[in-house]
Amino acid sequence: MNKDTNFKRYLKLDLLPTPWCPGCGNGIVLKTICQAFDELNLPKNGTVVVSGIGCAGRSAGYFDLDSVHTAHGRAIPVAEGIKYANDALNVVVISGDGDLLGIGGNHLLHAIRRNTNITVICYANEIYGMTGGQVSPTTPHGTKTLTTPNGNQDQPADVQSLFKHHNCYYARTTAYHLNHMKKCIMEALEFKGFSFVEARTMCIVNNGRRLGYKNSNEMLLHYKEFYKVNDYAEELAQNEIGIIKSVVETGFKPVSTD
Amino acid sequence: MKDRLPGGISIMKQLLTGNEAAAEAAIQAGCRYYYGYPITPQNELINYMSTRMPEVGGAFIQAESEIAAISMVHGSAAAGGRAMTSSSSPGISLKQEGISYLAGSELPCVIVNIQRGGPGLGDISASQADYFQAVKGGGHGDYHTIVLAPCSVQEMADLVYDAFDLADKYRNPVIILGDAQVGQLMEPVEFHKKPKKNLPAKSWALTGAEGRKKNVIKSFYPVKGQLEEFNAHLQRKYRTIEEHEVRYEAINIHKADVILVAYGTSARICKEVVKKSQQYKFKVGMVRPVTLWPFPKEIIRKVSERVECILTVEMSAGQMVEDVKLAVEGRCPVHFYGRTGGGVPTSLEIIRKIVEIVPDNRAANTLLQLAAVK
Repeated sequence: MNKDTNFKRYLKLDLLPTPWCPGCGNGIVLKTICQAFDELNLPKNGTVVVSGIGCAGRSAGYFDLDSVHTAHGRAIPVAEGIKYANDALNVVVISGDGDLLGIGGNHLLHAIRRNTNITVICYANEIYGMTGGQVSPTTPHGTKTLTTPNGNQDQPADVQSLFKHHNCYYARTTAYHLNHMKKCIMEALEFKGFSFVEARTMCIVNNGRRLGYKNSNEMLLHYKEFYKVNDYAEELAQNEIGIIKSVVETGFKPVSTD
Repeated sequence: MKDRLPGGISIMKQLLTGNEAAAEAAIQAGCRYYYGYPITPQNELINYMSTRMPEVGGAFIQAESEIAAISMVHGSAAAGGRAMTSSSSPGISLKQEGISYLAGSELPCVIVNIQRGGPGLGDISASQADYFQAVKGGGHGDYHTIVLAPCSVQEMADLVYDAFDLADKYRNPVIILGDAQVGQLMEPVEFHKKPKKNLPAKSWALTGAEGRKKNVIKSFYPVKGQLEEFNAHLQRKYRTIEEHEVRYEAINIHKADVILVAYGTSARICKEVVKKSQQYKFKVGMVRPVTLWPFPKEIIRKVSERVECILTVEMSAGQMVEDVKLAVEGRCPVHFYGRTGGGVPTSLEIIRKIVEIVPDNRAANTLLQLAAVK
């Protein structure tokens, strides 16, 4: 392996290809996570991955790292349990917006309060893809899905507002902005406290094609045109991606586990 | 220092509630990760843990919900630690999701259920109505948890020690099934057990995958045939547990005309009836299951071959009585007496029930005499 392919050491290459649909953005995020791991040279010996349920929840299986497959929505408290039991481990949660913000939303809220020193990477594809395309917590207002035939009546979750006032790390990025995504993930991993990366990624098969996109490339180009980078801002506008980082880093530890 | 007072009373004894005894025993058994959520009647346990756990350098979290607490147990158990959570009936219902995943992922942990009345919010007084939920699975899928039922504060402490050893030995969740009486009454208790040695090493735990095959903690087997194979492995494990871990207390079963079967608080009252009957010709004996799963069916089958009938006493509408009937297989009549919704059977009620089910003048006369004994 050379410098460009060194990230593959974090993957179980014999399990590839992934089960994701052609055009899915999840593989892009998965690769970028590995590149961030590689660039920080995270030790395999000290890194574990926790996943929830859904398309994104399948990610953990492809890492050559110790991992836990949890119940739907419970990835964050399971990850916290691991961190409390072994503070030396880097604990990374990889899951989707339905898992983390929908069924697991209450756990997210309280993990923010506890500021547990773990990293969460959220594949936010605006849809429940694995089950065929139902409305999810990040689906924009008005969008038609299998369960919102007249358009989504609810507002999408404004995740950044949960983080802003609690001294935690929040970043929003997209599957188009690869270098930006890598930077967000690396900063999140290095943050001493609770960190969350919302990676906007495309689901062409169970969402995009119903919205009129011809292929996933069109969705990527939409990210390119729609989103502007605005790092270290106080607040991100709807069409902005960037990093909101607290000034104070406070890694929560319940007590010494020495 | 002498550890006994004149008369053999240990100075090591403390006066604690059952809930506090469960917490202290867990600490002494090496539990360093406790996650809870307030609910009556188990609050003494979480309160005790909040001060005691930091003293020993462990983690205490009051989680945002029972579901979060059992999920944190999932994480700490996956990392190889001894982890525990506790709750009462409605909270245990919430934990069932996690318990099924823990059983399916073969993770050791201890879950304490200090039962209260149900269904729904029910009330906060003692009940034994979660028997089915505890011994038949509770969550989804073909699984069993080992279920231990203490009837005193001392036994609560002893069984919590054993629960951690059993959990580690079999990589399986263990439930302590108490009730509001056992959880809240205060009795002298002594902590004298030592955690078992020679337990299997946790080579499956998450420690980092450098230089070895990665460890995956999961209950997901999507490839056809894999899940059936895994379930067969679970069932083999359960048969081994049934073979080796059955526990019960048998009192006066050899001379008994009638056998009472009861556990926990009900068993304490039945014991009184057994004691009263010893001075009369008509004898009452008792089998008290200590493990509710695995159920002591062998001893119940044996006594059913020579007694007139069996009476199961529960603080429920009749749950364990089904397992008693399955063990007896029609060899003798099996009767039931139960109270629900916070009702606790009295010894007089139990004696009246025995008179009703034994249509024998000799028995009736003796028992009515018995009933008169205060």
